[in-house]
Amino acid sequence: MAVGAEAIFGESLITTKLDSAISWARESSMWPYVFGTACCAIEFMSVASSKYDISRFGAEVVRFSPRQADLLIIAGTVSYKQAPILKKIYDQMSEPKWVISAGACACSGGFYDNYTTLQGIDSIIPVDVYVAGCPPRPEAFLDALLEVQKIQATQSLLEDRAKRVFKGVLDV
Amino acid sequence: MSKSFKEQFKTSYTMDAYGAFVLDKTLIFKALQTLLEEDNYTFLVDITAIDYLHVKTQPERFAVVYLLRDQNFQNLITIKTYIDSSLATQSVTPLFKSANWAEREIWDQYGIHFKNHPNLKRILNHKEFVGHPLRKDYPITQGQLCHQSDTLMDEMTPRLKSKGYTSHEDLMFLNLGPAHPASHGTIRTFVALDGENITSAVSEIGYLHRGFEKSCENHTYNQIIPYTDRLNYCSAILNNIAYAHAVEGILGVDLPERAKFIRVIIGELSRIIDHLVCLAAILVDMGALSNYWYLYNPREKVYDLLSKLTGARLTNSYMRIGGMSYDLYDGFEHDLKVCLKEIQQGVSDTLKLIEHNRIFHDRTQNVGIISKEDAINRGLSGPNLRACGVPYDLRVTAPYYHYETFDFDIALGSVGDVYDRMMVRFEEIKQSTRIIKQAMQRLPEGAICVQDHAISLPPKKEVYSNIEGLMNQFKLIYEGVKVPASEYYRAIEGGNGELGFFIVSDGSGTPYKIKVRPPCFYAMAAYPRIIEGSMIADAVLTLGSLNIIAGELDR
Ligand code: SF4
Repeated sequence: MAVGAEAIFGESLITTKLDSAISWARESSMWPYVFGTACCAIEFMSVASSKYDISRFGAEVVRFSPRQADLLIIAGTVSYKQAPILKKIYDQMSEPKWVISAGACACSGGFYDNYTTLQGIDSIIPVDVYVAGCPPRPEAFLDALLEVQKIQATQSLLEDRAKRVFKGVLDV
Repeated sequence: MSKSFKEQFKTSYTMDAYGAFVLDKTLIFKALQTLLEEDNYTFLVDITAIDYLHVKTQPERFAVVYLLRDQNFQNLITIKTYIDSSLATQSVTPLFKSANWAEREIWDQYGIHFKNHPNLKRILNHKEFVGHPLRKDYPITQGQLCHQSDTLMDEMTPRLKSKGYTSHEDLMFLNLGPAHPASHGTIRTFVALDGENITSAVSEIGYLHRGFEKSCENHTYNQIIPYTDRLNYCSAILNNIAYAHAVEGILGVDLPERAKFIRVIIGELSRIIDHLVCLAAILVDMGALSNYWYLYNPREKVYDLLSKLTGARLTNSYMRIGGMSYDLYDGFEHDLKVCLKEIQQGVSDTLKLIEHNRIFHDRTQNVGIISKEDAINRGLSGPNLRACGVPYDLRVTAPYYHYETFDFDIALGSVGDVYDRMMVRFEEIKQSTRIIKQAMQRLPEGAICVQDHAISLPPKKEVYSNIEGLMNQFKLIYEGVKVPASEYYRAIEGGNGELGFFIVSDGSGTPYKIKVRPPCFYAMAAYPRIIEGSMIADAVLTLGSLNIIAGELDR
């Protein structure tokens, strides 16, 4: 039996926690910034096009300005030369923000264990979800998106994500 | 008339065991000049260096190798020179503009100095990098952090000065890339703008340098195939083919007929999907989004076919030295027909929208022009060169896999603008479809790998049932295919042009050195010069029309 406001107004009203309401709204309107550098980015093209259609999950508004995005998807190899740029883009995004590291290269350097490739972007910026594959199939990208939504659902508004302790190799 | 190269340098050159003309480094400039002016070797294919640290029989530690083609693209000549301990030689940039970036790469990777080079600085590695990674004594895993990007003002200021700008007051500087939606990957172009006009531009590459060549030196020949996938990842299989074709050239093996035809079919299919993604992307840049779906969805269909055939959508690793990993599956022909039909549909739907579309014409015609002569001198190839009206297509000038017996046309442009480059690609999709249909009809039965146990893996039945088969498999996997010592270059027509591999082998199962001739690299080197004087919006389309793929560009 409904109690409180719901008892008075019936089904036209739902009471919930502010946290849940905001997470619920955020979840289905992620604005991704795709930091696509290599082959994995070509697979992201498939994720965005009609067959896999990322808009089913509310994340089709791909932004090309980090200032407008709240989800950073790194799809592709990141070299040492690229690292400061990645960091800058991450820093330019406003909180709250989430990061998906897609593909073997972004996660660990992949099979480029050599002098030029960064051995995992998590030495530069914090990562929320890692996706395996070289490249990951489009389904795996979508799965990662759902994972981020799960993380969002558990996060409280009161938690200041900017205060997380992370120190990457380029942080001085 | 002056004397030809062979007459003039008769007494100064020697031929090495692999057919290269070896000259003293002081004669290189003169020799290349003679080749260019007297023998009409107008196309500099590539320049690379070799570090002979572990080869004791060579006179010096370093050598520089030049590959040139004549004006009809029929003959290839290799010129080689040893570099003494001064580690310096003459630059050939006054003769070939394409040498500019190629020499910078050698400086960056090997530390060989080119005198009189206009701007000898690092190109692939970042500016804080110390050492030269392709030297044999540089450890492969020794990475170096980069803290800051290059401002590029050291290139921009002289460029502006040469155009008469002494002050920068009226100009606006803008970075296009390396993280920009229209930069298609990780390419950076730094422009000085006067209003919306680009007065001068410089490009910086290397953001996707992944150490392909160093990795090759540490893997067996067949292990390298997955690395080749990731060069031009829009047409992975063409890279597989180009690489396997070069190694097979050194081995001196001839593929079984069925293997050749399968390579033609799958190779042309790769070319089609390469062009599809290029055209789809440039149309998006122009604001014509619907065409993206028309062109991308057929590509998706081809992915399904390729996953069935190779197990992967994008990075297929389908070829092997001496053949390929699997035969065509049952029902392949039907799937292929469906794909070709969808491709044709996608192309005709797109053309219906743009062919007579005024906006499309205005945005592409007479935009981003490069002349025939300039294009050759700068080393452009493939659709970009054909768009200028130069009929250079390796499938015709140096046919392999029976291409000479197929009935198809070379698509040619006349102006060399964005429009021509796009239309050449549209036409090539149609021509490739023709080739595939003919090849399917002629596809013979038989083996798909050369029947030589020193090259191809034995059938699994033998591996599991007798010791010879098991040993054979074991040795081939662990030691790799033994490739006789050689220095060898061979190319095919890739999605973007002449895609060749220069391989130095030492008889073992691992290459001593591999250098790719990436067609994009030369197109990208030409790009800043093409866009100078045009509007910023045109620069975006010009980049898209050159189809720069960062994986191949930076390796
Ligand atoms: S993970 Fe594989 S597919 Fe993705 S960028 Fe790296 S090499 Fe390319």
